[in-house]
Amino acid sequence: MCLAIPGVVREIRGSLAVVDYGGIAKEVDISLLEDVQVGDYVVVHVGYAISKLSEEEARRSIETWKEVLERLGAA
Amino acid sequence: MELLRDFRSRGLARRCIQAIEELSSGEEYTFMHVCGTHEQSITRHGLRSLLPANIRLIAGPGCPVCVTPAGDVDAAVELAEQDKVVLTYGDALRVPGSELSLAQAKARGADVRVVYSIREAVKLARRSPGREFVFFSIGLDTTAPSVAMEVKRGLPANLSVLNALRLTVPVMELLLGMGDLRFEGYLAPGHVSAVIGARAYEVLAKAYGMPVVVSGFEPLDILLSVAMLVKQLREGEARVENEYSRVVSYEGNQIAQRLVEEVFEVATVHWRGIGRVPFSGLRLREEFSGFDARERYGLEQRSGRDIRPGCSCHLVITGKLSPQECTMFGRACTPAKPYGPCMVSSEGTCNVAYRYGG
Ligand code: SF4
Repeated sequence: MCLAIPGVVREIRGSLAVVDYGGIAKEVDISLLEDVQVGDYVVVHVGYAISKLSEEEARRSIETWKEVLERLGAA
Repeated sequence: MELLRDFRSRGLARRCIQAIEELSSGEEYTFMHVCGTHEQSITRHGLRSLLPANIRLIAGPGCPVCVTPAGDVDAAVELAEQDKVVLTYGDALRVPGSELSLAQAKARGADVRVVYSIREAVKLARRSPGREFVFFSIGLDTTAPSVAMEVKRGLPANLSVLNALRLTVPVMELLLGMGDLRFEGYLAPGHVSAVIGARAYEVLAKAYGMPVVVSGFEPLDILLSVAMLVKQLREGEARVENEYSRVVSYEGNQIAQRLVEEVFEVATVHWRGIGRVPFSGLRLREEFSGFDARERYGLEQRSGRDIRPGCSCHLVITGKLSPQECTMFGRACTPAKPYGPCMVSSEGTCNVAYRYGG
C-alpha cells in the first residue's frame, strides 16, 4: 500500500496531479497539500500525496550526518 | 533526485555501522519498528547481518493487512455474498477470514475487485448506479486522510465504507506495557509520521521514557536512526528525534489531521493477533454514519477466528518470534498459499522474510 519513494509532479489539473516515478506516471490527488508546484517531489500513499519532500531538509540532514560520522572518527 | 543519492551511499552506510559499533560498545540493544516498509528495507538490504551482533531489530505490528481482524474480513465476505460489489486494496484480497478470504469468495462467483485508492471506488460506483458498492477500508494513519477526504466530498449513494482503519501510536503504547517484551527504542514509521507528525510520539518518550526516532526507508536512513537511538541511550536520554526531516515535520500534515478529526471519531478496536487496543481505531462520526456499511446493512461487529491452529502470527506481529521460527514457514505457509495473515501482504513480516530471506 505504501510507496517508499517520492515521485516528481509533472502536471497539475485542479486537485489532481500527474506524478512521475522514473517513467511510470500516476494520477495523484494533491488536495491534502498546500501549494504544490510542477517539479516538486511528493510522497504518495494510496493515490493521495501526503507530504512534499524538502530538498533543503534533505541537504541539511545529510550534511549534518556526514559531520557527525567524521567526528566519531568512523572514517 | 540528485541529492537522494547520498542516502544510498555505501560508504556512508559503512561509516554509520562503524559509528553504531563504537557508540554501543558491546551493550545489547533491541529496537522495534512498526512499519511494513521498514521491514522490507531491513530484510532486502540485509541490515540485520550488517549491524553489530549486539544490536537487534525486531518487527512490530506495521502491516495493516496483518492486523485486520478475521471478523472484519467475514463482514466483507458476507456483503460480497449478498451481491454487493466489494472493493479493496490488492493486499487485502487474500487475507484469511474465519472461513473464506475475499479472493475465495470471488472464486465462488462474488464480485470482488481490487482498487488502488478510494478515488477509484468512487469512480466505479458512479459508473454503475444500479449496483451497490462497498469499499473495504483497511489501513493505518496514512490511509485515513484519503477516506476522510472522499467521505467529506460526499460518496455516491450506492457506495458505503466498511471501515477497519487503525491508529499506530496507541498500539505502540500498548506494546510498551507488555511485560514479556523488552526493547530499548522505537523506530517510528516514516509515512505514518508524515501525516501525524513527529510530535505524536512525545507521549512514548515522556510518559514511558522510550527513545523514538522517526526514520526514512533507505538503508542509510535506518542505520542513522539506529545510531541516533544508541546515542540517546548512551546519553541516558529519551527523546523524539526526526531522522526523516526531508519528509516529516514535527506537526505533520495538518490538513490531513483536521480532515480525519472532522470525519472520524476514535474508538477502541480489536487487532488481529494483539487483542483490544484502547482508542486505536477510527469510526465514522454520527453525521457520516449513512456511509457506514455496518449501519447501512445492519452488520454486527463479530469476532472471528483470527489465528488458525499452528500459526504464530500473533507472536510474529509483536516481535516475540521470527518467521523462521514458525514450523509452518515456507512449508505449509508461503506467499503463494498463505496460511496465516502475516504471509499475505507484501508488508507482512513472514512474507518479507520468505521473499528476501533474512
Ligand atoms: S509463517 Fe505463516 S503460519 Fe507461520 S506465523 Fe507466519 S503467517 Fe502464521
